[in-house]
Amino acid sequence: MQEREIRDLIEEVRVGKLPRRQFIGQLVALGLTAPMASMLLMHSGIAQAQSASTYKPTKRGGGGALKALWWQGATLLQPHFASGTKDQEGSRIFYEPLAVWDNEGNLIPILAAEIPTRDNGGLSADGKSVTWKLKKGVNWHDGKPFTADDCVFTWEYARDPATAAITAGVYKDVKVDKIDSHTVKVTFAKPTPFWASAFVAAEGMIIPKHLFAAYSGAKSREAPANLKPVGTGPYKFVEFKPGDVVRGEINMNYHMPNRPYFDSIEMKGGGDATSAARAVLQTGEYDYAWNLQVEDEVMKRMEAGGKGKVHVIESGDIEFIQLNPTDPFNEVDGERGSIKSKHFAFSEPAVREAMSLLADRKGIQEFIYGRTGVATSNFMNNPPRFRSPNTKWEFNIDKANQILDGAGWKRGSDGVREKGGKKMKFVFQTSVNSIRQKEQAVIKQACQKAGIELELKSVTGAVFFSSDVANPDTYGKFWCDMQMYTTTMTQPDAERFMDQYTSWEVSSKANKWLGRNICRYRSEEYDKTYRAGEQELDPVKRAALFIRLNDMVIKDNAVIPLITRPRARGANLKLVSTLSGWDLDFSTLQNWYRET
Amino acid sequence: MGSYIFRRLLIALPSLLGISVVLFTVLALAPGDPFEELATNPNVPAEVRLLLRAKFGLDDPIWQRYFRWLSAMVQGDWGFSFISRVDVDKLILQRVPVTLAVIGASQILALLIALPVGIYSAAKPYSWFDRIASTLAFIGFSLPTFFTGLLLIYLFSITLGWLPFVYSSDISATGWQWWWEQLRQSIMPVLVLGLFQAASWTRYVRSAMLDVIRLDYVTTARSKGLKERVVVMKHVVRNALIPVVTLVAMQMPAVFGGAIVTEQIFRIPGIGSLLIDAILRNDTPVIMAVTFVFACLVIFFNLIADLLYGWLDPRISYR
Repeated sequence: MQEREIRDLIEEVRVGKLPRRQFIGQLVALGLTAPMASMLLMHSGIAQAQSASTYKPTKRGGGGALKALWWQGATLLQPHFASGTKDQEGSRIFYEPLAVWDNEGNLIPILAAEIPTRDNGGLSADGKSVTWKLKKGVNWHDGKPFTADDCVFTWEYARDPATAAITAGVYKDVKVDKIDSHTVKVTFAKPTPFWASAFVAAEGMIIPKHLFAAYSGAKSREAPANLKPVGTGPYKFVEFKPGDVVRGEINMNYHMPNRPYFDSIEMKGGGDATSAARAVLQTGEYDYAWNLQVEDEVMKRMEAGGKGKVHVIESGDIEFIQLNPTDPFNEVDGERGSIKSKHFAFSEPAVREAMSLLADRKGIQEFIYGRTGVATSNFMNNPPRFRSPNTKWEFNIDKANQILDGAGWKRGSDGVREKGGKKMKFVFQTSVNSIRQKEQAVIKQACQKAGIELELKSVTGAVFFSSDVANPDTYGKFWCDMQMYTTTMTQPDAERFMDQYTSWEVSSKANKWLGRNICRYRSEEYDKTYRAGEQELDPVKRAALFIRLNDMVIKDNAVIPLITRPRARGANLKLVSTLSGWDLDFSTLQNWYRET
Repeated sequence: MGSYIFRRLLIALPSLLGISVVLFTVLALAPGDPFEELATNPNVPAEVRLLLRAKFGLDDPIWQRYFRWLSAMVQGDWGFSFISRVDVDKLILQRVPVTLAVIGASQILALLIALPVGIYSAAKPYSWFDRIASTLAFIGFSLPTFFTGLLLIYLFSITLGWLPFVYSSDISATGWQWWWEQLRQSIMPVLVLGLFQAASWTRYVRSAMLDVIRLDYVTTARSKGLKERVVVMKHVVRNALIPVVTLVAMQMPAVFGGAIVTEQIFRIPGIGSLLIDAILRNDTPVIMAVTFVFACLVIFFNLIADLLYGWLDPRISYR
């Protein structure tokens, strides 16, 4: 999609011809994120959708206990040390950011009085600063008032290298100034089209200055509040056992009226996804379960118990296959899979196209994933009506055969194709996971019919996804012909996601295989477009450039997207939760309630 | 006796030191990095990870890290977890009560079953009771705990809906209600572990009894006209129990170590689940502390078993 078309679409939204929701859906289908698409509209001065509040309880408390099950328990409750979502979720019960993302990419104010826009003077014309107005009358759980000082302190705390905060990446390149007691200004070094990262969502939780000021920098580990959080959130801290349980009680002075509904909250950790699903869907022992990586068929049987149901939330995670363009088995310049070498088959575009035709996405969706996976040919994650016109998928063994015949790959006496003495035998690796092994089998079967022999290999997840330099089986090394895994879009802005195909990010011995470009895709045009996108100030032009990047990789068949994997969560039938695929599960915890 | 204990403790020191060296080296050589999650997270700049490694001293040579660990350990500082940044002793202490309660109860249950059943079976070998007990024992120790655990969950939690299958480390109720809740949630894990242990111990008690019951002095006791009950309880059991005591004593460290699989199934926050989590995340200080405490307990209970021998069997003396 070109810049012009995007501008036209935005115009259609402005005059009310195109529903805002559909606009976001279309851009998401093209490989952008919902928050990015939403920001495009905001830059054009189109107000955010006012999502109608569905919150029904008319008084605070009285809802009993909310019992949530996380099969990976929270290990720490300091949001700026949180290394995984489990820790961020645990912290989020107590701490809050200025704003969160809803499922349609809208910013919802939490500690902010309003979302900054051009109209209210929050966004500067040059795109170099954002001014946040903070909500007044908000108190920390210990009674001290929440002010701009806390925001400024959070920034200082997180960006200090000695603190070793995981969120340093968000805060180190911005500058935060206090304007008055309830206004802060975030200044960027250069014009930044995507401005909502500091103080927003999972990495934006604000910590109290009066409790952490003495423990900034090298002493950060010693702060007592690391284990006894004092936040502004709907629940106050009661108890924490790392890896086991986080417990909170109602905050009677919470800053939103009639909220929260529950008197206490428990977040229990440990165990496995299947039994977590059982405890929520089948026996009703718990109200909510996180990340149900369970086969859909199993979950359906549990749902028959009538206690809970599975919520499927769109997000940006994609299961895909990478085809290695380099020679993974022989050393060139002392390195396997060196970009100086060439793969005997996958360097041919025709072979890559045939491989894409041999991926039975529909079969994988219907027989393996069910509701928890949707067939895709693109980095897209929304319903079929938004499917990009630029790319489409097809499962066609005959066509694959024709293409391979045409490219000079002739079947040998054993039925396996060969050319120039090289047989079409590929090693196909992935992590150990019953679902992935089934996918491997589906693809192997189709390949067999096309005269391609696949050797299936599965590596323990702990090794496959590690960055261990000494281990030959990590996904970063990619020392085999094909591999499959899920790439997650953890950040609302696509810039970080798209650098996965730039030539300077190629995973190699020189960068200890930590480069993000694992499939070793290289294209001058891609690099140029990416550089242009990085420097582009106009958000619409930038979006168009990113969409082009996405199309390039897919059209080249460098990777074969198979399935988008929406998030699957289990909840009690009566529990009303608001979930977002672009933020934490607990991002709007204050709005959760139970229907009577 | 006193000098014997002193000597044994002295010998224990170098073996503990040796164990710690081996553990530390193996852990240091093993692949993995506690901050791996960060390496693959594009949102986290690489400097953060390098800084954390440097801050926690992961880049120093192994011998330096070992001596740092050792000197801290000698001073009673167990270090802190790389993952949760909490002191290791706190983490372990949090888990001890639950582990002791569940695993301890299961061991007591196992003893309560194994002793009477084993003794009675041996007193009347090849009777109907013995045959049934033996069959059940064989079934018992051939079924792995993860299987019986799931079976019990299926039966009591899902089909009947009587018992919860998620263990909660602190129940909000008080008084009798608390005990009732505690009983309800502990009954399945305790049964699973206890019956498994009881099965093998029953066989062991039975064979130890059979070894003794045929000896001449037992025949003598019987021919003196003593009641069968007195013969068995006073003359046979006391001697037959000597090997059983060793077996039970050697099992005691496991009470501390927890039961990894069962803890996982029932979500019991015990030491076993702490250890497995730490191993999966390469959290070296926690792995070191748990395994080292475990090693200490093994050595300590070895000593206890040896001392108990002397008390049970006066023919053994300590020099």
